[in-house]
Amino acid sequence: MDILVSLADGMLQALQPFNLGLAFLGVVVGLFVGAMPGLGSVNGVAILLPFTFVIQDISGSATSPMIFLAAIYYGAMYGGAISSITLGIPGASTAVATTFDGRPLALAGKADKALVTAAIASFIGGTVANLLFTGFAPALASIALDFGNPEVFALMLLAFATFVGLGGDDIPKTIFSICFGLVLATVGFDIISGEPRLIFFEITGFSHGIRFLVLAIGVYGIGEMLWTINAAKDNTAMTETKMSPKTILREIRAFPAAWKGTAIGSTLGFFVGILPAAGATPGSLMAYGVAKMVSRRPERFGKGEVDGVAAPESANNAASTGAMLPMMTLGIPGSPTTAVLLAGMVIWGLQPGPLLFTEQPDFVWPLIGSFYISNVIALVVNLAFIPVFLWMLRMPFTILAPLIFVLSIVGTYAAYQNMFDVWLMVLFGLGAYLLRVLDYPLAPAVLAVVLGPIAEPKLRQSLLLSDGDFSIFFTRPIAGPITVIAIILILLPLAKLLWSKARR
Amino acid sequence: MRRAEIVTAVLLGLLSIYLMWKSGEGPSWDPDSVRFANIGMIEGEGPGSGFWPFWLSLIMLISCLWTGFNWWRGKTPPSQSDQPYLSQHAKRMLLRVGGSLIVFLALIHVIGVYGAMVVFFVYYLRFLGHHSIPRTVAIAVAVPVFSFFFFDVAMRIVLPKGYLEPLFIPLYDIFL
Amino acid sequence: MFAAKFGRNALLGLAALAVTTAAGGAQAFEPTKPIDFVIMAGKGGGADKMARLMQSIVEKEGLSSRPLVPTNKPGGTGAEALVHMNSANDPNHTIMVTLNSFFTTPLRQPGLKVDILKFAPVGRMAEDTFLLWVHKDTGITTFEQFLAEAKKRGKKWVMGGTGKNSEDNIITDHLNNAYGLKIKYIPYKGGGAVAKDLAGQQITSSVNNPSEALGFYEAGSVIPLVAFTDERLPMFPDVPTLKEKGGNFSYFMQRAVVGAPGMSKDALAYYTALFTKVYNSKAWQTYKSKKSLMGDFLAGAPLKSYWGVQRERHTKILKASGAIK
Repeated sequence: MDILVSLADGMLQALQPFNLGLAFLGVVVGLFVGAMPGLGSVNGVAILLPFTFVIQDISGSATSPMIFLAAIYYGAMYGGAISSITLGIPGASTAVATTFDGRPLALAGKADKALVTAAIASFIGGTVANLLFTGFAPALASIALDFGNPEVFALMLLAFATFVGLGGDDIPKTIFSICFGLVLATVGFDIISGEPRLIFFEITGFSHGIRFLVLAIGVYGIGEMLWTINAAKDNTAMTETKMSPKTILREIRAFPAAWKGTAIGSTLGFFVGILPAAGATPGSLMAYGVAKMVSRRPERFGKGEVDGVAAPESANNAASTGAMLPMMTLGIPGSPTTAVLLAGMVIWGLQPGPLLFTEQPDFVWPLIGSFYISNVIALVVNLAFIPVFLWMLRMPFTILAPLIFVLSIVGTYAAYQNMFDVWLMVLFGLGAYLLRVLDYPLAPAVLAVVLGPIAEPKLRQSLLLSDGDFSIFFTRPIAGPITVIAIILILLPLAKLLWSKARR
Repeated sequence: MRRAEIVTAVLLGLLSIYLMWKSGEGPSWDPDSVRFANIGMIEGEGPGSGFWPFWLSLIMLISCLWTGFNWWRGKTPPSQSDQPYLSQHAKRMLLRVGGSLIVFLALIHVIGVYGAMVVFFVYYLRFLGHHSIPRTVAIAVAVPVFSFFFFDVAMRIVLPKGYLEPLFIPLYDIFL
Repeated sequence: MFAAKFGRNALLGLAALAVTTAAGGAQAFEPTKPIDFVIMAGKGGGADKMARLMQSIVEKEGLSSRPLVPTNKPGGTGAEALVHMNSANDPNHTIMVTLNSFFTTPLRQPGLKVDILKFAPVGRMAEDTFLLWVHKDTGITTFEQFLAEAKKRGKKWVMGGTGKNSEDNIITDHLNNAYGLKIKYIPYKGGGAVAKDLAGQQITSSVNNPSEALGFYEAGSVIPLVAFTDERLPMFPDVPTLKEKGGNFSYFMQRAVVGAPGMSKDALAYYTALFTKVYNSKAWQTYKSKKSLMGDFLAGAPLKSYWGVQRERHTKILKASGAIK
């Protein structure tokens, strides 16, 4: 009961006009920053951090600035889906999986369905995660502590396993794509040996590695666009989506069809999110993979299945709430955005850590209360803006295409602030187009670039710990079962293939 | 398309070999380091720094050989297709659109993002899209202005200005 | 050891002098465009937190007529940032927040052709401190017990730290060499992850900065055994220094702001004056004492000679550990 009283109290605080206004403003800012390819929650939060001092001066507490930044974080998670669905460019790594089915839906003239599904799934994911957060925060923090290097590596293996079936029909080309992404992920600086590696032609631009967005915007923003331009041939609009409040209401009523994906995404996303170092991206990928595995019509995934939109979208919102947990209770960030939030908390004079909940209840409870409220605001704002996004899709293609190109280029620059990455992005894009013509699937490479930089160091840190003995992944109580499940999932398709061949 | 399939597989195979070669490189400060010393398991430590990229590049090479084998057997759609790899239309599109992107980037170094944006929009909208002059001008002006306020002013992300930088100093005075 | 002493005593007067002269000439230069504020590390790390705090102070107190625009350039432990600074087209509007990779990275990657003494010495804002931490469940409460236990366990004693050949690695190497230990060092990406893995007993010890371990320290799950400073830290009055325990070693992390090579004298004077104001602000001083940071403000020639001394020292350290030749 204590929790409920504290929560109600916190919600009342969060509902004060000033805090409510901040939450609203934060959600709107986040929505737009998130919808912009290249910019994600991390940019929004980092850029607005200095202004939170002013907010703190006005309100006199650290809660108001945090409510503002958390609202940006939420808004951006909703916004990421918008560019994934309407433009086909994942605005941030957390929204990659949303493109898999969101884009085909948009191309089939069902962008409204995809956007509404994404918004409601995000809301449910966020709210389920909030409930879990409210009820079990301190208990869950100890789970995060039990996740050492071998456990995180096992989890990454599991993430790989869940999307092993995402490639195309051409097996060697899919394998090539996965490995290529994993190799690209090692470019730059090796933290274990402390040496730079794979610095091609000794160009310093490679020393920070091949960033996810450089490849993703190149592949989706440039490569896919060139493909679409070529396929469209004439100046037709991208899709024939009609918009009216009625269709949106209809789609809202049709949402329950995506309950399965939402349920999987909400829970899986939250639990992956609370594990430090994992974050929302693996969470959304795994949710997509699992939703496909348990679906009664897995063959529809990748061609415009609502579960395929609902699962990753509910997961990335659930995971972003989950990632707040280790940040607040352990003082460690589970994602780049929470790293900046953490910096903010420190600057405002708070000490995140195991004692935060007991020593700073005046900070914690209004913040948790605001999580619920921000989610409601984000849902309403998002649904209200859907017609605007649909209108964008109805622009003539010869206007939309150059806009997307400019967005891709400026967005890449804004994300990393150097021209080298922009050149690399465009070159990747042109290369992606040429490979696409020959049926090379590129999504696996994009996903590998996200997971590789987490998986490789964790593998090597674990083996340092065990003196190079691989049994560490099997003998530890948490890592063991995860590794075994992952290996089974990886081998399953292979076994199926052999089985069907043997029967023939 | 059939020829393009094998040419691409060979090129990607060469890329894999280059990546394997590059993975074996030792640290730059140590002229005595031996190439490929880092690709195996180091006793008591686990994989070296080149382990992961080297062996994955090898798998890339193998998958290229596999693609080549499929090509020889004529199993995959591209290896059966008599269509040209890039149609006349696709080639023209690549040259006009892809080429304009390269020019866009090059222009950023000279006249900055905003100047290059204007040139790109005028080229794309007027010459590729055949839009009316008022519409072209409206978009070519509105987007850079909006971008300036969004990125430079609101988000505090300073986009490169190239040689047009002096023109922006008065704007900084007013808005920043 | 000597570097820190040098910085603290002999140069204090000089630093004050440099600051006053700098402040006097500040009118000559005013930034005309947003200032490129490079951070030599990724988002969320110690250097990033400080940089954003500095930016916030400048913003809040209205100290600069043009905004500081932070850009993270973590590539190659700062190599990317150093090269960016070296080739800055407008050195008068390019400044950077540094850590000790400012000294080690040019040594480890000579191909960058970076001479740190060519950078403009804007100001040293603080020196971060290091302590040795263990989990409370080990039952170890003194440095002597630590030595005995670590010796007994040999390779099974695991130290986590941020990066390879970094500050944490240097301290671990020192412990191994000076006390005949065989501690195994595991590099992590950031200090926060190290602190968390120590609290979860995934590793047996760490040499975190106070700011990284504070949360778990206050919750009682980790305890400090010894400080690698010259004097006891005000925040941890009961924790002895390594020097008290007979060791001849202290180690600090510089938190300094530097200007791009080629920055004009007037611009340097402007930034030194700007960061003097930041240093003296209440927010910065509070942060400094809360996070147990040491070091006085240092600028101009004294800061440059501090860099010279630090570079010498790191050359020796890296040579000894075989990280350079």
